[in-house]
This record gives sequence, structure tokens and C-alpha cells, in this order.
Amino acid sequence: MVEPNQLTQHLETFVDITRSPTQQDDSLKAIASSLENDSLSINQLVREMEMYLTTTDNLVRARGILLLAEILDCLKAKPLNDTIVHTLVGFFTEKLADWRAVRGALVGCLALMKRKDVAGVVTDIDAQAMAKSMIQNVQVQALALHERKLGFELLECLLQQHSEAIATMGNLLVYATCEAIDGEKDPQCLMIVFHVIELLAQLFPSPSGPLASDASDLFEVIGCYFPLHFTHTKDDEANIRREDLSRGLLLAISSTPFFEPYAIPLLLEKLSSSLPVAKVDSLKCLKDCAMKYGVDRMKKHYGGLWSALKDTFYSSTGTHLSFAPESLTSPGFEMNEIHREAVSLLQMLVKQDISFLGFVVDDIGINMVFDTISRYSQYKEMPDTSKLEVLVISQILSVSAKASVQSCNIIFQAIFSRLMNTLGIVEKTSIGDVVQNGNSTVSTSLYHGGLHLCIELLAASKDLSLGFEESSPTPGYAQESWFSMVKSFSVPLIQVFTSAVLSSNDDSVTDVYFGVKGLLTMGMFWGGSSPISRSEFEKILMTLTSIITAKSGKTVVWELALKALVCIGSFIDRYHESDKAMSYMSIVIDNLVSLACSSHCGLSYQMILEATSEVCSTGPKYVEKMVQGLEEAFCSSLSDFYVNGNFKSIDNCSQLLGCLTNKLLPSVAEIDGLEKLLVHFAISMWNQIETSGVFSCDFNGREFVEAAMTTMRQVVGIALVDSQNSIIQKAYSVVSSSTLPAMESIPLTFVALEGLQRDLSSRDELILSLFASVIIVASPAASIPDAKSLVHLLLVSLLKGYIPAAQALGSMVNKLGSGSGGTNTSRECSLEEACAIIFHADFASGKKISSNGSTKIIGSETTLSNICLGYCGSLDLQTRTITGLAWIGKGLLMRGYERVNEIALVLVECLKSTNYSGHALHPSAMKHAADAFSTLMSDSEVCLNRKFNAVIRPLYKQRFFSAIVPILESLIMNSQTPLSRTMLHVALAHVISNVPVTVILDNTKKLQPLILEGLSVLSLDSVEKETLFSLLLVLSGTLTDTKGQQSTGDNAHIIIECLIRLTSYPHLMVVRETAIQCLVTLLELPHRRIYPFRREVLQAIEKSLDDPKRRVREEAIRCRQAWASITSTSNPP
Amino acid sequence: MVTGLINENPIIYPKKERRLRTDSSTTDEFTPEPIDQLEIFDHIRDIKDPEHPNTLEDLRVVTEDSVEVDDENSYVRVTFTPTVEHCSMATVIGLCVRVKLLRSLPSRYKIDIRVAPGSHATEDALNKQLNDKERVAAALENPNLVEMVDECLPSEE
Repeated sequence: MVEPNQLTQHLETFVDITRSPTQQDDSLKAIASSLENDSLSINQLVREMEMYLTTTDNLVRARGILLLAEILDCLKAKPLNDTIVHTLVGFFTEKLADWRAVRGALVGCLALMKRKDVAGVVTDIDAQAMAKSMIQNVQVQALALHERKLGFELLECLLQQHSEAIATMGNLLVYATCEAIDGEKDPQCLMIVFHVIELLAQLFPSPSGPLASDASDLFEVIGCYFPLHFTHTKDDEANIRREDLSRGLLLAISSTPFFEPYAIPLLLEKLSSSLPVAKVDSLKCLKDCAMKYGVDRMKKHYGGLWSALKDTFYSSTGTHLSFAPESLTSPGFEMNEIHREAVSLLQMLVKQDISFLGFVVDDIGINMVFDTISRYSQYKEMPDTSKLEVLVISQILSVSAKASVQSCNIIFQAIFSRLMNTLGIVEKTSIGDVVQNGNSTVSTSLYHGGLHLCIELLAASKDLSLGFEESSPTPGYAQESWFSMVKSFSVPLIQVFTSAVLSSNDDSVTDVYFGVKGLLTMGMFWGGSSPISRSEFEKILMTLTSIITAKSGKTVVWELALKALVCIGSFIDRYHESDKAMSYMSIVIDNLVSLACSSHCGLSYQMILEATSEVCSTGPKYVEKMVQGLEEAFCSSLSDFYVNGNFKSIDNCSQLLGCLTNKLLPSVAEIDGLEKLLVHFAISMWNQIETSGVFSCDFNGREFVEAAMTTMRQVVGIALVDSQNSIIQKAYSVVSSSTLPAMESIPLTFVALEGLQRDLSSRDELILSLFASVIIVASPAASIPDAKSLVHLLLVSLLKGYIPAAQALGSMVNKLGSGSGGTNTSRECSLEEACAIIFHADFASGKKISSNGSTKIIGSETTLSNICLGYCGSLDLQTRTITGLAWIGKGLLMRGYERVNEIALVLVECLKSTNYSGHALHPSAMKHAADAFSTLMSDSEVCLNRKFNAVIRPLYKQRFFSAIVPILESLIMNSQTPLSRTMLHVALAHVISNVPVTVILDNTKKLQPLILEGLSVLSLDSVEKETLFSLLLVLSGTLTDTKGQQSTGDNAHIIIECLIRLTSYPHLMVVRETAIQCLVTLLELPHRRIYPFRREVLQAIEKSLDDPKRRVREEAIRCRQAWASITSTSNPP
Repeated sequence: MVTGLINENPIIYPKKERRLRTDSSTTDEFTPEPIDQLEIFDHIRDIKDPEHPNTLEDLRVVTEDSVEVDDENSYVRVTFTPTVEHCSMATVIGLCVRVKLLRSLPSRYKIDIRVAPGSHATEDALNKQLNDKERVAAALENPNLVEMVDECLPSEE
């Protein structure tokens, strides 16, 4: 409830222009809300405001009226009774004459006009009065920007909502609009203005109406904006772009046919300008106008239009014709925007009125073209003018032919037979005839210009028939004359193209290009009633396939043919041509796939695979065929290898698997059923390996094993759980039938383990690696049979030094269900049991990780930890165990299982200079232990990641970070030997650089000294350069952050010293570069902190100016300049 | 200072495309990349002309070929061509080039700045002035001159 005096206060606040805008806004809102909730009625308000609305003080009156108007603007949805609305309209309409209060009046009128239907609206009569008053009293162009915009908006509203009422004003309205618009320059206003013109045009469509008589005046007002020149890239408030404005203008110009006598000459004139934007706009506008103005009005401009269009074509076409595979499906030359618009205008004109084609055909000088075509046989021999002529005319003819059936007929009748004659192609209908004369027609040289024209025409008719298909399902073009012409010439045409493909003269690339392009075009005619018979189509496919399979290298010809086949394949798939699909399958796919299986042809296997995968990717059916083919090929190659010891076969196998992973797997989501096929493939891989027996010769196909592992991982990764289970089952049975299970009998005791060698047969190694891949990827829901003995097997393999086994074991403990309540599958083995096997039961009493940093002795004896600490076994065994332990630890860490702490403690123990055995480890073992932290913390590509179904607990890195850093820190403090200290720093660096940066920033104060010390320790050696770099990146992150600023300031001395040392780090350029960048960053610290180091830094940087690497020198110059420019006076503390 | 511009309407040439270094040496850690012609030119091409908003490259006061460099013997010579023969700004341009190179090159370099033969009315005097250590040092102690030079040098961001 607003008290009367409170209301007065609000009114006073708004009217008083000395108050701040926010205060005024608040009082406006207060009044509006009390009206909204009916604690105040409009009548009351108006009575209260009477003084403000009628006073002779201009300022107060203007503010008062504006206040009332703004209030109404807030109440657009509030129901008001008609009398009130009527009265208010009357008031504001009258106030339009009061130029001092015109803003308020305009806002008020607009607010009333925009009222919702249900809430009481302005009547037609009121609207008419408002329009009259507006026209008589408001001089729009004399107003300021904002008022002008309001004025145009009001006009727009009136035209939109009360068009009939104000139409009676006729000429007066048109005239007033002209006057209001004339000279407007603001983009926001112009957007409205253009719309107003459009509305006016809709209002007065009659040829005897007011718009028709005043069209010339109106056009004069808007025509001067064309072509639109607007260079603002971003407008802060309105965000109007040039395209919007130009689109608006275009709509205004094409809004009424009465503009035609003025618009078309203007547009044609601007088309001849040299400004590209003007050309594009003119072409767009001409197209719209031609459509809206109608054929009758446009007819008289055809002459001018055609010559302007022709000039545009000539000036926007380049003479460079590309013969690359990419241009097989395009005209082959570059198309700029002007060209594209010209094409679409020409097509529109021909489509709209066939008589326009008359101008085209009469004018282009067909005789001259034919002369050019027959004069030069080679494209490159032609002078540029002739090239241009051939390209442009081919383009014009093909665009026109594409426009409609009629135009296509006319053009084919006019030139096709003659073109055929020029090319020396004779109409043949019986096939026997052609075979005899085929050679004679081609023995003469090919005319490139003619071929180009011919292909363009064929492509146009092909596109036309395809366009038909989309609009009407029953194509009736079989009776059209172009159709019969193409049909009658199809046989010899294909003959000519084929011979061009097989051409072997000097410029054979161009010949072949035209040949392939021609065949491609002929092969893409649509439908059962295509002018190309099925046997001809098959001939095309055979020619192209024969190029692919020919025993030649990877030439341009080969690529062209492959691209053409892929295009035809996609075409068939897109238009569902079942007949052609059958031909394609039997001729292309079967051929290539069988080639991939045989692998005994002259072509390199890589090329066969490329061709096969490209072609097969055009349809799901082909993919199926291909996977089956590859499966067969894989099996035969592998057996060829182990029976005959053919090393080439094993290479082929690797390539084949590579092709499968790279080309097919990415599209698995798009093709139904591909998953099943791939799973089948994986199972046959296992089958094949199972039957392979003993390899007949020494097997060192590392590459093959890698490829097989990658494929296996990817396939299992995409497979559903059921399929995964079947692969696991199969794999398990293969493993059980091999000699691998023998390892399970090896007891986990020192004596037994000490004797372990890397002694697996190559077959077993392959089986083990593949099996590990399966386990790595298997989802937690998949079931792993006999898990306990598998854990044992993997553990022994790990100790033998097989990293995949370690990764598999890590993945297994990551995914196993815990206890009995697990959702997991391996019913016979829980996580605890697996850990018991790994840690050898009595480790279970191991101490919890101690967070206070004191070094506790781990009392329990476990085989693994003992090996790690070097109690027994060779150094080799020790390092392998440490690496293996790291992977197991990673698996546990990611799922957040606490026993990872035991592993971490063992690793930390390895790093100590005196562990509880009383001596330090061998340096190499220590290095492995330090690097184990990298394994633990960093993200791996090959296992334990999201793609491979790992169980990942949120924030696991952070948890580990906060547990392990205090321990490492206290050890570093107490460490005696330099080696141990270095290794502890390496471990710490791995942990720090892999944790999310926010964690570091929260602890900058504590960590920065550690990082700095780490940097100086690591910089002594070149071995740790990568670690050093990642640590330096962490440091650079802490330098500028606000959280770290204080600590950076405190440590400035050491930081700068450390960075200066790193600017001459010889082993890695990026380290030097980053160090210098960090020095520049430090300049953001307070002046008093850094000024003392100026001299020191400048001296050091002087040396970097002579750095062997250019990037470092560039940074050094920048850094030197920055440091040199802080002087004792420039930036006082 | 002179009133009015010495060359009111200089010819502005199109900029040469910045040549990107594509040699493999960037990938190899230990192959040294000696300071070469293009690198020196990169240092001086963006120096602004004292009386126009254009760079020395725009006005072809310096070109890549006008730089001679011998990294082994630590010697560099820049020959610049003033836009007009009587250009009194030539000394300032020369000073700018020298200062920029002094700041960018290691101290082992001897820097030689010359006016192209026949391109300036007082060629000899100019060359002498620009290569006299003491006169250069004196010039750089003149705050007005230093301010002028600093304005011409491209600011590093």
C-alpha cells in the first residue's frame, strides 16, 4: 500500500532530474507494483499526477508524462477497462503535439499499442487518430536517436496491428513515411525502417493505390542505402551485423513490384561496380526481385540482365582447372561468393521463364566455342582467354540445363549432337558395332575442352533427374529429348571415357581425370530407367576396379579411380538403388575383398587395404562383407606364417589389424551389427592362435603383437558385456590349453622366484599379451573364470617382466568386487582374496600409512616387499617387481582401496637412503621406485582409463596427494645421501605435476619451497629433464595466482635464483624458454620485491640473448626489455 | 625541430608475407640455430618511422636483403635507405635501428649501421655519426632523443 504522501514522494523523485537514475527507477517500480497489486488505481494515480501532467514547467511536464508512460509500459498485461484505455490513448495522442514531452508521448502510445488482447486494447478509431496526430505533429528526423527509434517502432506497430484502419489515410501515410525515413543513418532505426517499408508494400498492393503513385519517391529514399556500407564489426548495444541490415534492405527493395522501374536499373548498375560486396548484394537482390516482381515486369530487363550476368561470370571465374581427386564431384575451379550468387540467379531466371534461355543460347557464340574446342586438344595448350571461354560457357550451359526439363531439352538439342560430332563420337546402338569402331573413335586425340563441356552437361542432366526424384516419385523424364540423346550416345561415350582412362600419352593425368570424371558422371544417373543400361554401368565399375587392381604404384590415376568408386558407392547407398548395389557388390566389393584375402598380387598390401576400407565404408552391407573378408585374410595370413614361416604374411596381418582399428572401429556406433561382427573377428583371432600350434621359426614380430593387442583392446572396449564374456571365455580356454598354466604351479617363494627368467615361448607370449589386453578392457560386470589362478598366473608373468601382465593385474584388482556383496561377477574371487594372493597373506597386518611423517618400520614380511627392498633375488627381478607393484597400486588407488597405502609405503621405503634393512637400494632400483609414482599418478593410454571401463573414484589423486606428500617431505628433510634425496624429489615431482593445479594453489605456501628445491636438485642431471619441465610448469602456475602471491613474494629471492639457473639449462629448450617466461611473470610482483634483483636478472638474460635456440632468444629479448624498463623511479613502492 | 613533415606523402609498399620457419631444427633439441638475416630483420622490421605511423618495412627503409650478418665473427651490418635524400630523420632512424639491435643481440656483436650509398645528401657524415660509439652514447643520454627512439620501437606485449 502506498500512502498518498509516499506516492507524492515517489512522483517527486522521478520528476526531479537531479536524482540518480537508480533512485528514479526505484520509485517507478514502486508505483508500478502498487498499481499491479491494485492498492492504487489508475484513476487515483492520474488525479494525483494532474499537476505534473499539465504544468507549464516544460521539464516537469515532460518527466511527468514520461512517468505515466513508463508505468503503462510496466502494466502491459494488466487488464484495464476500455474507457481508461481510450482516455489514455486520447491523452498521449494529444501529447504527440507537445514536442517537449514527445518522448513520454511516444513511450505511452507504444505501451498502449503493445497491450495484450485480454487486457483491453486500443481500438481502430483511436489508432487512426494516433496515426494522424503522429503524422501531423511528429517530425521524426528532427528528434534524437532514441526518440526516432520509438517513432519508427510506433509506426511499425500501427502498420502491423491496425493496418486496415490507417490504410484509409492513403497517400498521406506514404508521404509521411518517406519524410520520416529520409536521411536516417542509425543501424537500429534502419532495421525498423526496412520493415516498415515492407509493411507498407503489403498494405497497398493495388496498382492504383497510393504506394504505386509514390513508389518513385519512396524508392529514392531507400535506394540510396544500396549497396549497404557498414563497417562496424561489433555494436555494443544492438549487435546488428551487416548481413542483417543488408537482408532487411533487400526485403524492402523486393517488397513491391512498383519499385521495379527504379530498382532493376540501380541493381544492374551496382552489379557492374568493382566492389565485391556490391556485386554479391546486387545478385542476391536481383534474384529476390525477379522472383517477387514477376515475369511480366522482368521481361523488359532481360537484355541488360543477361549481359550483366555474363560479365559477372567472366570476371569471377579463374582459369585454373584442378585435376585433383577432390574436384571430381565439383566443377573443378574455385567458386567465390559472387560466382555462386551468379549461378543461383541464372538458374532462377531460366527456371522462372524459359524465354530467358533464348538470350543465353543466342548470345554465347556457340560456334566460337566449338572452334576453340576443336582447335586445342590439350587443356594446358589453350591460351587463358580460351580456357576462360570454355569454362564459363560450360558453366552457363550446365547451370541453365539444370534449371528445368525444358531448358535441358533445349540445350541438349542445340549442342549435344554437334558436340558429339566434334569429339568424334558416333551414335551407335548395337553393341557389336561399337566394339569394332571403338578403337577408331579414340585413336584421334581427345579434346579436353569438349570433354569438359560434355561432362558438365551430363552432370547437369544427372542432377536434374535426381532433383525430380526428390519432388515426385515417378520420374517422367524418359520421354524427354535430352534423355533419349544421352541414351543413344551412352555406349560410345563410355567407350571414349574408358579409353581416356587408359590413355598413356604425355599429359595422361588430364586425360585420365576427364575419363574418370566422365565415367563417374555416367555412373550416377538415377533409377531403373536411367539412360545408362545395367551392363554399361557394370562396364564402368569394371573399368574403375581394374585400375585399382592393376599392378601399378599409388598414382594419381589410382587415387582418382578410388575416389570415383567411393562416390558411386555413396550414391547407391543414398538413393537406395538395389539393382546397382548388387552390381557394385559383385564387381567392386567382392573383387577388392578377395584381393585382400589373397594378398598375392602386385599391389602393396597397404594399398589394397586402403582401397577396400574406403570403398566398403560406403554402405553397411559392404562393411559386413569387409569384416568377413578381413577375418578370412587374417586367418590365412597367420597360418601361412606359422606353416611356411612367411614373414611377409605377418606384416600383412599387422597392417590388416591396423586398418581394422583405424578405419572401422571409429564408425562402430553408426553401423548396426558391426559390434557383433567385430566380436566374431576377435573370437576367430583366438581360434586361429589356438590352432596355430608351435611357430615354425623364431617369432619376433613385436609389431604384430602390438597391433593385435591394440585391436583386441578396442574390440573388447566396444563390445557389450555378454560379448565380452564370450571373448573372455574363449581367451581363457586358449590360455588353459597353452603351456602358461604351468606357471601357476610356481610357488610364490623366494627360492622359486629367484630362478625366474624371461622364458616364455613366443606363442605363449602372444597369448599372454592378448589375454592381458582382454582383461585390461573387460568391464567390471564381465565374469572372469578361475580368477584366483589367473591372479597367480599374472603375478608370476609380472615377475618375469611382462608389463601387460602387470597392467592386467592392476585392471583386475581395480574391477573385482569386494567381499560378498559386490555386484561383481567373479564369484569365486573377491578383491580381498586377490589382494591376499598378491600380498601373500601375512602382509595383511601391514601398518597403515603414517601421516605424521615419521618413518615407521614395516614389520611384516611379504614376498613382494622383500623382493622390492632387495632382500633376495637379482636386481632385474627387483626392478620388475617394483614396476609391477606400481601398476597394481594404480588399480587399487583409482578405486580408492586403502591397501594402496601399503604399496606406497614399500615404494617410499625403496627410496630411503637407509631403509629398515640398513642399506640403500641399487640406484637403478631406486629410479624405478621413483618412476613408479608417475605410473601411479599419471593417466595411462593403454589401461585403467575411462574408455577401458576402469573404476574411478572421484578425487583419488587429491587423496593420494595429501597422504603421500607429508611423508615424502619429511623424508626429504631428513635424507642423508644425495642419491636418495634426488630420487625422493623425482617421486615428489611426479606426484605434484599430476595432481590438478587447484590443489597445488591451495598449498602454495607449503609447496613452493619444495618445488624450488626439487627444481634445483633435478636440474643437475639430464635424465630427469621431462620431470623437471613438468615441475617447472607447476611452479609457473603458482607464480601469478592470487593465492600464491604472498608466498611468491616471500620466496622471490630463491625463485629468481632458481629461474636464473634454469635459463641456462642445457638439456631441454622448453625449460629455458619457460624459465625466462616465468621471470617476466615475476614482474607482476610488487616493485620493492623485485627491484633488488634487476641487475642480477639482466646479467643472466644477457647470456640467453646468445642462446643456440631462436625461441629462447626471442623470449630473452622480451624479458630483458621488461626488466630493463623497471627503474628506481618509474614505479615507486 | 622542423615544422611540417619532411616527406609528406611516402610510398607505402605491401608487406612481405612473414616467412614461417619450417625447418626441422626446432624439433631437434641440440642443433643450434645461428642468428641469421631473417632474425635480424624480424627485429627491425616493425620499428615505426619517426614521422609516419608506418613501419620501416612498409616504407622499404629496410629490407631483408639490406641485412648482412656473420654469426661466427659476431658482425652485423644494416644498410638502410631513407625515403628522401635530404631526410633529417635519417639519424633518428639509424639510432632506432642501433638501439633495437643493441637490446636484442648478444654483446659479442659489432653492429654497423649504414645509409645506402647515394640515398642521402650527407651520407658520409651520417655514417660517421651513426657508428661513432661516443656520439651514440651521448645521444642516448639526451632524454628527448631517448623518448623519441622509444616511441618508434615496437612495444613488446
